[in-house]
Amino acid sequence: MSGNAQKYWKLFASTFELSACTFGGGFVIIPLMRKKFVDELHWVEEQEMLDLTAIAQSSPGAIAVNASILVGYHVAGRLGALLTVLGTVLPPLVIISLVSLCYTVIRDNAAVSMVMAGMLAGVGAVICDVVVTMCQGLLEKKRLLPLVMLAAVFVAVRFLNVSIVAVILVCGMIGAADMLRRRAPERSGGSDGEGGGRP
Amino acid sequence: MIYLELFWSFFQIGLFSIGGGYAAMPLIEQQVVDLHPWLTMAQFADIMTIAEMTPGPIAINSATFVGIQVAGFGGAIVATLGCVAPSCVIVLTLAYLYYHFRKLTVVQGILAGLRPAVIAMIASAGLSIVFMAFFGQRTLPADPGGIDVVAAAIFAACFFCLRKWKVNPIGVMAGAGAAGLILYSIF
Repeated sequence: MSGNAQKYWKLFASTFELSACTFGGGFVIIPLMRKKFVDELHWVEEQEMLDLTAIAQSSPGAIAVNASILVGYHVAGRLGALLTVLGTVLPPLVIISLVSLCYTVIRDNAAVSMVMAGMLAGVGAVICDVVVTMCQGLLEKKRLLPLVMLAAVFVAVRFLNVSIVAVILVCGMIGAADMLRRRAPERSGGSDGEGGGRP
Repeated sequence: MIYLELFWSFFQIGLFSIGGGYAAMPLIEQQVVDLHPWLTMAQFADIMTIAEMTPGPIAINSATFVGIQVAGFGGAIVATLGCVAPSCVIVLTLAYLYYHFRKLTVVQGILAGLRPAVIAMIASAGLSIVFMAFFGQRTLPADPGGIDVVAAAIFAACFFCLRKWKVNPIGVMAGAGAAGLILYSIF
């Protein structure tokens, strides 16, 4: 029993620590989780971690939250998943609460707004970098359909104000139909569907 | 009932943001700026900046921030719960399927179809942020001459560092903040 309690505590503490110290979102936290749970604690096997990562990346929601649910569930069932979600969500909840308490005060400070203006340009650059990297990943596939979809979605969202939910539903259906069509004649070919999302 | 509205909005954000952090951004923008009068575009740009500087997923960070702004700490908890709830249900279901079936062609197809859509949506939201930094509004103004030269310079330098040397985004953010403080003080 005490061994179990210790395991639960360790699960919670590990995810809490990872979440509190990881800047930069899901693509940063996954390698760190692997280090912790595969190399250090030996609770998850290497191959399983890869699969869990693919599931986490391809499921809706924050990747860090998804990955911690999967690891928690894998190690200690539903209670484990609950604990790891709490561990992942609590640090941002507390930190952002503190930030937003003084948000109005610091926002009106001249120096702070200069820093914020600089950082906004920085965020823009970070996002553009992410987009360019993702586009390169798409171009490597050498297929026309994804590129057409990319252009169409960009126009739909940017200029036509189409609902994002509608876009996701339609693109999901197109993707499923395309995959089924390509898989039907030759069962072996087509590595297009592998889950390896790019940062 | 503001708590219900918050929960439902962030439930949708949690449910439909596929592909992590930046993918949630356009959804948050739509829910929080366009559909509900909870944040201005300037505040939204602020929270994206804050979310990038602080640890934790962008969706959770903005759920907390918006929740607090709209309905206090209770709002933050409700919005965060809404954001996480779809993940819990869907990921646990997928985990169950994974342990039972491992490979699902239809699921892989759906994911392959979503990838270009996700990129396009991130690009669109990224453009809003860049225009916000350059012009103080999220669309390209009729007269682009009023561009904030300092912001454009910082953007160009950051983008160069990211592409050329794969600098850590946190380092880029810190550098951009410091550059902003120095350059805006001078000019």
